[in-house]
Amino acid sequence: MTKIVAVTGNEAVANAFRQIEPDVCAAYPITPQTELMQRFAAFVSNGQVRTEMILVESEHSALSACVGAAAAGGRVATATSSQGLALMWEILFIASGLRLPIVMPVVNRALSAPINIHCDHSDAMGARDSGWIQLWSENAQEAYDNTIQAFRIAEDMNIRLPVMVCYDGFIISHSIERIEYLEDEIVKNFVGEYKPLYPLLDVENPKSYGPLILTDLYHEVRKAHSEVYKRVPKVVLEVAKEFEKISGRKYELFENYRLDDAEIGIVILNSAAGTTKDVIDEYRERGVKVGLLKPRLYRPFPYEEVANALKNLKAVCVLDRADAFGGSFGPLYLDIAASLCNFSQKPILINRIYGLGGRDFMPEHAAEVIEELKDIAQTGKIIKLKEYIGVRE
Amino acid sequence: MATPINLKELSKQEVRFTAGHRLCAGCAAPIVVKMVLLAACDYPVVVASSTGCLEVSSCISTYTAWKVPWIHNAFENAAATLSGVESMYRALKKRGKIDKDIKFIAICGDGGSYDIGFQSLSGAMERGHDMLYVCYDNGAYMNTGIQRSGATPTFADTTTCPAGVVIPGKPQQRKDLTRIMAAHGLPYVAQASPSHWPDLMKKVRKAIEISGPKFINIFTPCNRGWRSRTDDAIMLSRLAVETCFWPLYEVEEGITRITVKPRDKRPIVEFLKAQGRFKHLFEPGKEKMIEQLQEMIDKNWERLLKEEEMTSPKDEGNE
Ligand SMILES: Cc1ncc(C[n+]2csc(CCOP(=O)(O)OP(=O)(O)O)c2C)c(N)n1
Ligand code: SF4
Ligand SMILES: [Mg+2]
Repeated sequence: MTKIVAVTGNEAVANAFRQIEPDVCAAYPITPQTELMQRFAAFVSNGQVRTEMILVESEHSALSACVGAAAAGGRVATATSSQGLALMWEILFIASGLRLPIVMPVVNRALSAPINIHCDHSDAMGARDSGWIQLWSENAQEAYDNTIQAFRIAEDMNIRLPVMVCYDGFIISHSIERIEYLEDEIVKNFVGEYKPLYPLLDVENPKSYGPLILTDLYHEVRKAHSEVYKRVPKVVLEVAKEFEKISGRKYELFENYRLDDAEIGIVILNSAAGTTKDVIDEYRERGVKVGLLKPRLYRPFPYEEVANALKNLKAVCVLDRADAFGGSFGPLYLDIAASLCNFSQKPILINRIYGLGGRDFMPEHAAEVIEELKDIAQTGKIIKLKEYIGVRE
Repeated sequence: MATPINLKELSKQEVRFTAGHRLCAGCAAPIVVKMVLLAACDYPVVVASSTGCLEVSSCISTYTAWKVPWIHNAFENAAATLSGVESMYRALKKRGKIDKDIKFIAICGDGGSYDIGFQSLSGAMERGHDMLYVCYDNGAYMNTGIQRSGATPTFADTTTCPAGVVIPGKPQQRKDLTRIMAAHGLPYVAQASPSHWPDLMKKVRKAIEISGPKFINIFTPCNRGWRSRTDDAIMLSRLAVETCFWPLYEVEEGITRITVKPRDKRPIVEFLKAQGRFKHLFEPGKEKMIEQLQEMIDKNWERLLKEEEMTSPKDEGNE
C-alpha cells in the first residue's frame, strides 16, 4: 500500500532517508538543503532511526567524515547545496577515487558571487566531472524515488561509486507537492542489507586506503577507473526495473517526452522540464511536432542513447540553468553537442541560458524557444547560437 | 592485563609499522609511530593520517608499511575522516554488527594539525569523538620542501621564510597547539618526546584508556628540514626537553602536570647550535636574537610552572 501525502521535496527525501536508515549521516546547514537534514535529525532525536549523525563544522568535514565512515564499512549519506558543494570539491574526487558508495542529495542553488540562495544548476554542474554518478529529478516524487534508487546504484558490487541526487532548490525543495510514499518495509527490502567491501573496521584483515601512486601506475589506475563508468547505465536501468515493480513508476536514463515523431526538441533538466512539457502539449494540439528530452542519469552521460533519441530532429534547443563563463556554452549543451557531433544526420543546435539564481522559468519562455526552433527548422538559419532568455531589460 | 611498558615486554609485541617505508634515514616520524602503536599494543587500532611525509612514504602503490587498518584522505581532514570511521564503529556496534573494542588514532603532521587541518581537528575534538589525535610536530611543511608552518620555531630558516638580510627567518612565535587543545576542555592533552619514551608511551597508554577526544603533541626531529645530522633525532629531542623548548606535561581534566622536570634547565643555545636552520643566529651581531629566544622560552616555562601550581588539586581538608 502506498501512502499519498502532500509534502515538500526536502521532506520527501528526509523520509526516504528515514526509511533507508543509513548507518552514518554527516550534516551541515546550507539553504535550501538545511530543512532536509533538520527533518532527518528529528527522526534521529526521536529514535525513529538508529543512524549516527555527525554534526560537522563544515561541508569539507561532512564529506571527509563520510569518506571515513564509508571506508569503515557501512551505509553513508549526507546532503548539501551550492557553496557547501563547492567547499567539498576536493573530497568529491577522493570519494569517487576510493570507490566509496556515499549518497548525497544536492539541492541545487546558485553559486556566489553575488551570493544568492535560489535555484540554478551551477553547483552540481561544477562537480559533474568529479566521478560521482548524478541523478537529476524533476519533482519531489522523482527526488524521493531517485534517492531510494541511488543507494542501490552506489552500493552495487559492480560499481561502488558515490551518487548525487539533484533537485531544484526552493522550486522543489520547499514547495508542497503530492507524493506517493512507499511502505517502510518495501523500501528497506528494496535497498537491502549493506554489503561491506574491504571495510577498515575488519581489523583482522588490515587494509590501507589512500595510497600514493605516481607515474608508474597512476595512468593505469585512472584508466581502470574510467572503465567502471561504462557499467553504470546498465545497473541504473536494472535498479529502475526493480523499482518499477514496487512503485509502478518507470525510470530510464532520460525521459523521452513526445520525441519519437518530433521535428524540433528541447533538452532541459529538472523542474523546468515540467513547465516545458505543458507548453509542448499545447503546441502538439496545434500540430507542432515538438518533444522534450530530460536527462536523468547525467553522469555518466549516456551519449549514444541520447544521440539516437535526438539525431533525427531538425532543430534542438538545449536549455542550461548554468553558464560556463568564458565564451563557451552551457554544460548540458556541450554534452548534447558532443553526443551528436559524429553523426552525419543531426539537428541544428542552439543553447539558451535560463533561470539563474532562481529566476522563474515561465511557460512563455518555453513558447519563445519553440517559436524560434520552428523558424530554424524551416529556414535552417540560426540567429543566435547562445543567448540568455528571461533577462530583464 | 595491560602489557607493562618495559623493554622486555614491549620487545615481544608485534611492530605494526614495518620496515621498508621510505621516510628519510634518521627521521623521527617512524620512531614516534612505532612508539604510539606499541603503547596501544593491547588493542586493535585504526589509524588515519593527513597528507605529509609520513603518509607519502608509508603507502606507495601496492605497498604499505601499515599492519593496522589505515586511511589517508587529504591534507586537512584526518580528524574529520577518523570521526567518520569512529561514528561508523559506534553505528555498527549499536546494530550488533561489530563487538570488538577498537581504538582510533590519527597521526598527522604539524601542517595538517596546526594550520590547514586546524578546523577539522578542533571540530572533531569539540564533537567528542572517541579518538586519540597525535600530531608529530617537525616544525614545518617538510613533505613539500621545508616551508614555514604555524609550528615553526621563531627565527628558524625555512624555504618560504628563509633567513635573509632583512627577514631573519620566521619572525613570529609558534602557535601553542597543545594549549589550544587543552582549552577545548578535552579529558586528556599531553606533550611528549621520543627521547623520553616511557613517558611518551605512558601518555599514549593513558589516553587510549580514556574515552572521548584526546590530543598528544609529539616532538619529531626532521634532519632534512632542520639541517641536522641523521643520527641526532633522539639527542635533539632530549635537548628540546632539557632546554624547556618542549616541556613534557599533560593536562588531565583541567589539571596540568609537568611529567619530566629537567634537573638543570639547559640554555637554548645548545639546542640551536646542533641545527643548520638556526645557523644564522650564530653570525656576529645576532646575539640578541638568541637572548630573545631564551626569554621566550623562560617566560613560557614559568607560565607552565605557575599553571601546574594553580591547577594542582589542593588537599583542602588539611589546615
Ligand atoms: C589542500 C592541500 N594543500 C597543499 C598540499 C601540499 N602539501 C602536501 S603535504 C604538505 C605539507 C605537510 O606538512 P606537515 O603536515 O607538517 O607534514 P610533514 O610533511 O612535515 O611531515 C603540503 C603543503 C596538499 N596536499 N593539499
Ligand atoms: S623530510 Fe624530514 S620529516 Fe620528511 S621523511 Fe625526511 S626526515 Fe622525515
Ligand atoms: Mg611538518
